[in-house]
Amino acid sequence: MSNSDYLSYDLQTLHQLLVDKKVTAVALTEAALAKINAQQPALNAFITINQKKALARAAELDAKGIDPDDLLAGIPIAYKDNIVTNGIRTTAASHILDNFNPVYDATVVEKLDAAGTINLGKTNMDEFAMGSSTETSHFGVTHNPWDLERVPGGSSGGSAAAVAAGEVFAALGSDTGGSIRQPAAYNGIFGIKPTYGRVSRWGLIAFGSSFDQIGVFTRRAQDAAVLLGAISGHDPKDSTSSEQAVPDFTAAIGQGIKGLKIAVPDEFFGEGIAEDVKAQVEKGLQQLADQGAIIDHVQLPHTKYAVPAYYVLASSEASSNLQRFDGIRYGFRAADVKNLEDVYVRSRSEGFGPEVKRRIMLGTFALSSGYYDAYFNKAAAVRTLIKQDFEKILATHDLIIGPTAPDTAFKIGVNDDDPITLYMKDILTISANMAGVPAASVPAGFNAEGLPVGMQMIAKRFDESTIFRAAAAFEELNHYNLETPTFKNGGNA
Amino acid sequence: MISKDQVAHVAKLARLSFSDAELEQFTHQLDQIIAMENELAEVPTDGVTPTTQVSDERNVFRADVPVTDGPTRDQLLQNVPESKDGLIKVPTIIDKGEADA
Repeated sequence: MSNSDYLSYDLQTLHQLLVDKKVTAVALTEAALAKINAQQPALNAFITINQKKALARAAELDAKGIDPDDLLAGIPIAYKDNIVTNGIRTTAASHILDNFNPVYDATVVEKLDAAGTINLGKTNMDEFAMGSSTETSHFGVTHNPWDLERVPGGSSGGSAAAVAAGEVFAALGSDTGGSIRQPAAYNGIFGIKPTYGRVSRWGLIAFGSSFDQIGVFTRRAQDAAVLLGAISGHDPKDSTSSEQAVPDFTAAIGQGIKGLKIAVPDEFFGEGIAEDVKAQVEKGLQQLADQGAIIDHVQLPHTKYAVPAYYVLASSEASSNLQRFDGIRYGFRAADVKNLEDVYVRSRSEGFGPEVKRRIMLGTFALSSGYYDAYFNKAAAVRTLIKQDFEKILATHDLIIGPTAPDTAFKIGVNDDDPITLYMKDILTISANMAGVPAASVPAGFNAEGLPVGMQMIAKRFDESTIFRAAAAFEELNHYNLETPTFKNGGNA
Repeated sequence: MISKDQVAHVAKLARLSFSDAELEQFTHQLDQIIAMENELAEVPTDGVTPTTQVSDERNVFRADVPVTDGPTRDQLLQNVPESKDGLIKVPTIIDKGEADA
């Protein structure tokens, strides 16, 4: 195997090679950088490549030696570009932040640095994480490594593509309405949004604060369990982070699927869900049943209201969170402004892209005098009903399973002028954010065109362990997760 | 139907400005989005408490003492578009039409 294949190994194997000095952290980092640089023209998965600092850090780790107890030491990873990194430009894929150089690290970055991971760079995303395709990025779209004419999903499209294409071992993303799970599905890898409160949001550029969670992309569920363990836990700097103890998320892996009670919502297989996606997920469910899972068909009756409720609530929170971008203390300031009001209006109008403006406008409208009750309060009440639907089903079941996305990766540009069609792509993922429950996407095979299909697993709050258990067992049945991207419609790989 | 005037008013509240053509397009798109939002009216929610957060943590307090391990003034000023003498520089707040007022 060539050096570049190291990044497709499982964590334990890679770690052992590092401990035994059969491969150095520098060699691993060089392999990752070579792949990133070679594939960047075709994929555009990165906004900023952290070449120098990554190599210096790797050399430091090699000099010290990799301790057998430090499972993550020397492992090359990447961060979505809305997670702030001290001294490394962080843009949220927006023109308004394209010169922003943070002076502190997000808590997740601090934790992973302490665990010895190597930061290879900052990945592309939809501007301020608003989008489902990475097409709203100020830095150009990321291409799906399975078919370069297609989107990687979003908003964490760069992180998902980078992991799928073997550029880094793992990547962090953020998920407000499906922004980890949908790109994981479109790229054929594992991606988990943990329970709201599991991971500190300190240093995550806020979009919808009551929905946002940081999570992990990897090729294997087991490896994501290790990474999630490393970033979880209470943080005094984020008062919504939970005091709940962080278990060993890998502990239940290997217990198999037998006896797990799985709820399959009718609404997740209804109108608007592509037939080939349904067929693949149903095939997977049959396999789980064959392994001894108990499958029940259930209803989540408010599913169809999840999209409208979410877009009011998340946009309202965004309109408030994004008030801070005003051209005064950081980021882009418009030139030739006459007065202070002009600084605000012109910096924001020139700095934000169209999708961000649409959401700020929708949120401002929903919060404005005369509309607050009809829109914001109404949506918040519907959120309660959606949450109750989930609590009811999860009180008697271990997991809710269905497709992650209603379709597979779509062609770049096809939904450009149609925000509503794009918003509907989130219909299966939004509810987990509304309810604050953990949810993951697990590779579930391919459609006839060779595009990956994702199976979504949703668990009770703080029960990520059951997701890891079921996902790891499901991976063993087919090994879809080990298939590597085909770079269709491109030259090299 | 949302009107162009309403959209212009919301833009003002949001400190955003649009050209006439943009305003036209935004009005059309926001109108479609708000039509989707109007589906929420179908859901009976009398007596349902709105959910605005899903965290278990409540009323988190800390001692009223200054945080001293944060970034320094110099660090914080690194990202300021224009600064002078350790202060953030902004244009005149009220434009009286005088040159360089």
